[in-house]
Amino acid sequence: MSWTLVIVLALGAYAFKVTGLVILGGRTLPAVVERCLALIPAAVVTALIVKDTFTTGQDLVLDARAAGIAVAVVAAWRRAPLIVVIVLGAAVTALLRQI
Amino acid sequence: MNERPIVNGQPAVNGRPAVNGQPSWWRDPALRPMVVACLTLSGAVGVFGFSFGVGSVAAGASVWQTCALSLFVFTGASQFSAMSVIGAGGSLGSALGGALLLAARNGVYGLAMSRRLDGSLGRRLLAAQLTIDETTAMAVAQPTRREQQIAFWLTGFALYTFWNTGTLIGALTGSAIDPETFGLDAAFPAGFVAMVWPLLSDKRARLAAAIGGVVFLASVSFLPIGVPILLSVIGVLVGVQKPVPPPVVDGAVS
Repeated sequence: MSWTLVIVLALGAYAFKVTGLVILGGRTLPAVVERCLALIPAAVVTALIVKDTFTTGQDLVLDARAAGIAVAVVAAWRRAPLIVVIVLGAAVTALLRQI
Repeated sequence: MNERPIVNGQPAVNGRPAVNGQPSWWRDPALRPMVVACLTLSGAVGVFGFSFGVGSVAAGASVWQTCALSLFVFTGASQFSAMSVIGAGGSLGSALGGALLLAARNGVYGLAMSRRLDGSLGRRLLAAQLTIDETTAMAVAQPTRREQQIAFWLTGFALYTFWNTGTLIGALTGSAIDPETFGLDAAFPAGFVAMVWPLLSDKRARLAAAIGGVVFLASVSFLPIGVPILLSVIGVLVGVQKPVPPPVVDGAVS
């Protein structure tokens, strides 16, 4: 691995973060844009859940994680605390892998 | 997520406390579940930092380079992606391309966080480095602005510490524990489920979430890694339509 990779990646990653939070985010935007921005976490975090549950690289897979996350969804729906949801999701996944 | 607990003998911290009578966040019993959740999540991330340290050294990076990646790039998915491309013999360009595409979503998180954070330019420049999946998800899950800010900074500092400590230990040890044995790879989506759940009480957020998930599923197998997550932002277009005004309630029984 080269230092070029480390430096360019560090600068690039920080540039994205600063662009969103400091450069674009500091402005007052039209109401319609504000309404859309408010929906970013729902849309993107859901996509992250789908990614971490059903994919490995570019392949769609159905494995022990799906069962773990199904249990996590039930726990979240029953208003279990975050730590319980995390532990249940991980434990169910780990147990199924042992079988 | 949960109703704020009613703590006997601590009426000042329930409901809307007066600004001056507000206890510090680490003394406030109402905030304790959130504080525990932030620290637990950060601890889990530390284990992944460890496995990143192990993998990065195995892929040919030095201990210094491995630690520099965690300190200055500080966005796990990009770091893992760059490491695996280099480890598999890929070019510098392909390693950078994939990693930067994955890093782009932090820009989107920054937009969401800028509405929730206060402070000077210096504070915002520091917040920017901490704006990643976990800090954003943890912050937006909180009901009030104060709690959103506490959750963001607490998760940010704890996670930064654990991620970098884990990386250093992993890079020095070089021997692996497999996070998958403990289901730790499922800990992240499970945590995200708990974080996104409170947002979904809103109908428009539910629609945006459904679109985001479906767009990701439909595009993941043929678009480059990192792009489908960015594309899932399309879900926010639900917000273009004006919200339905609340129903007129006078005299009506609902």
